[in-house]
Amino acid sequence: MTAMLPAEFADLEPFAATWCLAGEPDRWAQRLASSMEELRAFYDACFPRAEAAIRFCDQFDLAALPEDARNLMHLLFSFALVSYPIEVWNQPLPIDTGSAKLDRTREPAT
Amino acid sequence: MTSPPRPSEGTWTQHYPELGTAPISFRDSILPDFYRAEQDAIFRQAWLNVGRVEDLPRKGSWFTKDIVAARTSVIVTRGADDVVRAFHNVCRHRGNKLVWDTAPTQEARGFSRQFVCKYHGWRYGMDGACTYVHQESEFFDVDKTNLGLAAVHCEVWAGFVFVNLAKTPPCSLREFLGPMVGALEGYPFGQMTERYSFRAENNSNWKVFIDAFQEYYHVPPLHTEQLGPIHRDPNATFEGAHYQLDGPHRVVSTNGSQKHKWPAETMYPTEVLLRSGNMGPWDASPLAGDLPGINPGGVKRWGIDNFQVFPNLEILIYERNWYLSYRFWPTSHNTHVFEADLWFTPAKTARERLAREYAAITVKEYALQDAGTLDGTQLGLESEAFEDYPLNDQEILVRHFHKSVGDWVAAGGRPTADAAR
Repeated sequence: MTAMLPAEFADLEPFAATWCLAGEPDRWAQRLASSMEELRAFYDACFPRAEAAIRFCDQFDLAALPEDARNLMHLLFSFALVSYPIEVWNQPLPIDTGSAKLDRTREPAT
Repeated sequence: MTSPPRPSEGTWTQHYPELGTAPISFRDSILPDFYRAEQDAIFRQAWLNVGRVEDLPRKGSWFTKDIVAARTSVIVTRGADDVVRAFHNVCRHRGNKLVWDTAPTQEARGFSRQFVCKYHGWRYGMDGACTYVHQESEFFDVDKTNLGLAAVHCEVWAGFVFVNLAKTPPCSLREFLGPMVGALEGYPFGQMTERYSFRAENNSNWKVFIDAFQEYYHVPPLHTEQLGPIHRDPNATFEGAHYQLDGPHRVVSTNGSQKHKWPAETMYPTEVLLRSGNMGPWDASPLAGDLPGINPGGVKRWGIDNFQVFPNLEILIYERNWYLSYRFWPTSHNTHVFEADLWFTPAKTARERLAREYAAITVKEYALQDAGTLDGTQLGLESEAFEDYPLNDQEILVRHFHKSVGDWVAAGGRPTADAAR
């Protein structure tokens, strides 16, 4: 199988198929479908690599990211989303969400 | 932190004596009859924000907006002459909903030279004129020039597109907005074009959710986690730095929450890593030009202005150069649609884009806590366990909002007190 991420980020490749998702609705659904153990493993792998990943993406024009850098960017978006269950809530949903939902209907193309 | 100064009367509420200090009933949020009165007195009389000029980027752009409370849908267009217009989204022929995409019950947006009714193929220009009647010769005494769409009053202020569904609006949009909100007219909203939008269907009266966003008294207890563990204090309190009322509109300003200046150990690791969070991206570049209208109280270390524009628009302006607009659309006495738009200056790099993404994520995390209370509040109010409920000085905007709604319903439209301010 061909790699989704740049070779420098081969260590994150095991998470790529699950978390390189272009839209927040898909990322949110994946967060809710994951166990805390899965979220923790993803977060722990990404956190120390995030700064290098941002620098890698910033070599390129944001509007013309190569496909592997775009995948890396989407992985970073997922990492940012998963930071909340890990750092703040200790569960996939915000505490006291109840039956509430809030769907993202529009976002910048990246 | 020392307490912000209050007016000479001692409290913000008593600075506006017409508000009183008595408990309020909230029966306006549970009664179907009251909702029916709001539909006519407010949603068919007041100016309603339906979008932004960014929704109409070029000639031929259009979007539809369903306003269930006013029992209609509107089409908003930018014509070939660059004029923004609004129409009832109804075909002149048989009353079919004219513009929709996959289903008539869903809103749509697009770009076109004309609208074609799916039912019998009648066509209209972006200016609402009827341009084509299918098998026109079969009709009796019809004249296309008299068969245009029904126009709706439409005005643009500071890039916000408003409609008014009254045959004759009680006043112009600018008169309606008054001097306090109106002072924002030159604020450079148009520089913030990177947009994140959200939508929810909530099981509460529309006012119940507006109330959740117009006081910060709830923040320490409900959003305890907004502060990292080191900062959490079960006895934390909140005091708004400035409250101001103008006609049916109101504002609260806050100070002191400039998180980018806090020690790193008090924050969540990802906030520090991405330099962003619930106050927005820390490194947002300054807006160009003047910033009129913000911080009307001259608050020191100003952080946020939360403008509540009657009846159902909130504009939340942050010191870090981004803003939110919230709109609350009733669909019955105990349901509503919530729309949120987050607007940032456009990201030029991946780092900037990620900082904005994290801010947008953060808004959703805490808004879900706010929305999570709605079922409980609506159920509680509908139980009528109590006749009235006490409001404190930090909840002055809740008190003023329900009074304003009551005044409009009692007057069957814009009350003279608002017109005389």
